[in-house]
Amino acid sequence: MEWLIAICIGAMTASGVYLTLRARTFPVVLGLTLLAYAVNVFLFAMGRFVVGQPAIIDDNALGYADPLPQALVLTAIVIAFGMTAFLIVLALKARGEMGNDHVDGLHRDDDEEKNTR
Amino acid sequence: MMSLTITPVLLPLIAGFSLLLLRQQSLAVQRLFSLGFILALVMIALNLVSTAASGEHQVYLAGNWMAPFGIVFVLDQLSALMVLLTALLALAAMTYTIAHKIDELGAHFHVLFQLQLFGLNGAFMTGDVFNLFVFFEVLLLASYGLLLHGGGRLRTKAGLHYVVINLIGSTLFLFAVGALYGAVGTLNLADMADKIAQAPEERHGLIASAGLLLLIVFGLKAAMFPLYLWLPAAYSQTSAPVAIIRVHGTLFGEAAGPLAYLHIDWVLVSGLITLVLAALAVIAAKGLREQVAYLVLASVATLLIGIGLNRDGSLAATLFYLVHSTLIAAALFLLADTISRGRGDFADKFVSAPAIPQAIFIGAVFMFAAIAMTGMPPLSGFFGKLALLNSALTHPWIFTIFAVVLLSSLLLIIAMARAGSLLFYRTQPTTESVTTPPNRLALSAVLALLSVAALMVVFANPMHEWTQSIAQQQLAHSTYLNAVLSTPVITREVSP
Repeated sequence: MEWLIAICIGAMTASGVYLTLRARTFPVVLGLTLLAYAVNVFLFAMGRFVVGQPAIIDDNALGYADPLPQALVLTAIVIAFGMTAFLIVLALKARGEMGNDHVDGLHRDDDEEKNTR
Repeated sequence: MMSLTITPVLLPLIAGFSLLLLRQQSLAVQRLFSLGFILALVMIALNLVSTAASGEHQVYLAGNWMAPFGIVFVLDQLSALMVLLTALLALAAMTYTIAHKIDELGAHFHVLFQLQLFGLNGAFMTGDVFNLFVFFEVLLLASYGLLLHGGGRLRTKAGLHYVVINLIGSTLFLFAVGALYGAVGTLNLADMADKIAQAPEERHGLIASAGLLLLIVFGLKAAMFPLYLWLPAAYSQTSAPVAIIRVHGTLFGEAAGPLAYLHIDWVLVSGLITLVLAALAVIAAKGLREQVAYLVLASVATLLIGIGLNRDGSLAATLFYLVHSTLIAAALFLLADTISRGRGDFADKFVSAPAIPQAIFIGAVFMFAAIAMTGMPPLSGFFGKLALLNSALTHPWIFTIFAVVLLSSLLLIIAMARAGSLLFYRTQPTTESVTTPPNRLALSAVLALLSVAALMVVFANPMHEWTQSIAQQQLAHSTYLNAVLSTPVITREVSP
């Protein structure tokens, strides 16, 4: 199972990096989401792969799954979710204010003139 | 005294939520509360500094769980110093904000401000790597809000870049933390240092790559975007170098066997390169705020060099320079804002414009700040740099380090002299006064921050002794490990 998970993480990270380097905000958001998925699976895998074992103390248990990565992943998911939501709103705001969805907001040469505070 | 240890983390959180509840009230009430909470934070920080001065680690076990299993908060002299520095900066920034009514420009300014303090203090005090990530996220989320506060197209564009870069940084942070956990099976800093020292040979590669990945993350956070905004930038520089001192200093200290001082050369080289680039950027800047942002980058680079030297006394010198540069950089950001307000439509651009009101006084303040920032005698920057170079004398790369530090200082001096002469001497005659004179309260905040440059010279000796004692405590890893791992849980006596 290790190789399958490793390939999944690698593929998601590679796609995420590629999309993050794109020039439009929407692919960048998608890329960051993919990176977040990859890191979540990676964190989960760091607790080693255990199938069908409880994470809490049980008298009848033959072994245990590591509960800590599960807590970490939960925290990481919540943070990544909030950040992605914020980034989408920011990207929409940038689209509205700059008139296009390029990450540098092209074709507005008067940026230098109007120094906003 | 145990209970006070956690207060610098809890107080801003409580303040943030109570200010959220007060959002229906007038701004005057919110300002009063916000300022009151910050004053309380300053008092607590002063108390903590005196508590920590005993040299003992004050450990707070969150939820009363034993050290490697629960999350710990550790108060030592370094975190006490950083909490105090944060609180003093917050006081000056809040005074300036109120004086110029910056909080009227958008909603929830005070809430975000307090939550940023929550994230900062938490990041300085936590003894857990994953918790450090969480506090960094809190601090970043608040800074996103503050960055976009007031709106404007340029600000949205800069904000988008800042958020994307930091999200990538957060992803790398999680990868590094996950790999470290997978290799040693713990997240507690003290326990992790212990486990790394005993790690089997085949794990070394994994631990080393995770450690260096973590260094990239902190580097990303330290050499942050040249933000043309004072608040997040002035803060950003403090948290990352301290994180390097704490995390890498603890994990890869001399006890770590073959992995000891893994990060040192990387930190030194990246510090030297950053310093050169920052000095060139300072010269090339087209506006004062941009220039100050790059000056902050230059002082971060100097801090990195100080950490990377790893000699006797270099850590003490770094901490001395940290206190100086944080406060002076914040003062320069506020001063740049004052100057650009005085220049009306010309803002802070380096072009000839009508003279600003009270040009002689503000010009003198600018010169004072420039002397302190570039590290010329007789102000504190000179002492900081002198101590740093003094500790570099025995380093094998002494000539490279001296050349880079001294030449970049020269570039900074030239750039600041040019900025000052453009802003204050090459003025156009003006017939009517179109701009308002500077706000007295705002100026007093700037002057209070700048007075530190003079005070640190007058009290250079006690200050240096203090930073030396902080450095000694940082370098004594085994006491940290013992203090954290042997703190007992509180057991309640069951009365018969």
